[in-house]
Amino acid sequence: MPKVTMTVNGKAASADVEPRTLLVDFLRQHLRLTGTHVGCDTSQCGACVVHVNGRAIKACTSLAVQWDGASVTTIEGLASGDALHPMQEAFREHHGLQCGFCTPGMIMAAVDLVNRHGGVPDEATIRRELEGNMCRCTGYHNIVKAIGAGASAMQGSGKVAAE
Amino acid sequence: MYEFAYHRPNSIRKASSLSASGEAKFLAGGQTLLPTMKQRLASPDALIDLAGIEALQGIELKGRTLHIGAMSRHADVASSAVVREAIPALAALAGDIGDPHVRAMGTIGGSIANNDPAADYPAACLGLGATIVTNKRRISADDFFTDMFETALEEGEIITKVLFPLPRRSAYAKFDNPASRYALVGVFVSKRGRDVRVAVTGAGPCVFRVAAMEDALSKRFAAKSLDGISVAAGDLNSDIHASADYRAHLVGVMARRAVAAA
Repeated sequence: MPKVTMTVNGKAASADVEPRTLLVDFLRQHLRLTGTHVGCDTSQCGACVVHVNGRAIKACTSLAVQWDGASVTTIEGLASGDALHPMQEAFREHHGLQCGFCTPGMIMAAVDLVNRHGGVPDEATIRRELEGNMCRCTGYHNIVKAIGAGASAMQGSGKVAAE
Repeated sequence: MYEFAYHRPNSIRKASSLSASGEAKFLAGGQTLLPTMKQRLASPDALIDLAGIEALQGIELKGRTLHIGAMSRHADVASSAVVREAIPALAALAGDIGDPHVRAMGTIGGSIANNDPAADYPAACLGLGATIVTNKRRISADDFFTDMFETALEEGEIITKVLFPLPRRSAYAKFDNPASRYALVGVFVSKRGRDVRVAVTGAGPCVFRVAAMEDALSKRFAAKSLDGISVAAGDLNSDIHASADYRAHLVGVMARRAVAAA
């Protein structure tokens, strides 16, 4: 079996995996980082979004072996110790979750969209950017609010380049 | 997914020779291939990852031709200053494929090699009169897209880049399926000198040109020139999303919108 080595949330991680092991299964089953969720497993729902080499991708539609040598950030890697990332804090503050299943993917997608757009994106941009993230509690309204607030807080905290 | 072997060659030559044995498939962005393998609709015994090949990367303008490396991600094309300046309609098309996370992985080479009947890039290639360059030859877009999920590519043939001649005007208008964001109907129009092209995706089994519209637009490039021109519904797709008649109607609507925006 091929051996893959990645930097996951700042730490070196390595394992022997079958080529068919999905990145999300490598994170959840080999590294026990179960914050990244599997919702639809068909690259539609976005619960599995993680950052790889600074870009948000769907970890259910990518193989672990494709990312030998890559740097991966998951929801577990956003907070600094006990201090939540500003985007996590904004989701809590604005009640941007109900059941919470989609939340890890929403937050990883939100941080990525702020990194790409810079500044504080307007509501239309945020809604368009959430194209690939589904919330089945229909909580989008507060999620959009939380992302706007999180984007503002990221400007203040210098968290934009945190990865 | 069934088991398979994984290769990551660093040259086109090695990738091509690896494909000679067994039932291997090339892996580009994997946004169609991996879901297809999960559903066991495809079961290659090996995947040849093209991501490690430098020669398939890069976007550059050479004279009046835009060169886009086959492994360019949709997000790269959408955000490229070179593409946005040279062919803004192409950058806009790339920025509206799927969702942001799919665009971070999906590639132009993968999209056109797959030739999904509802994909966006085939419309851009045909609508701009692109040339598809492979490790073996050059193929005009007119000859490349042959049928539903079928292209002129032969076994072991790898797309290396796509060459787009710069149009004077161009635009893409898409009526997207609200669930999948694939084109229910998408029309790409371009004008370069007297050459006008109208390419339609999503409507039929394979991207196609509409000669009657091209003739009318080459006389006068205005939405009004398309009045009274329709495409026959007979050859178009009918499914749960839209009837053939509705798609035929949308071709006219999207073509007018594209011309008005170009």
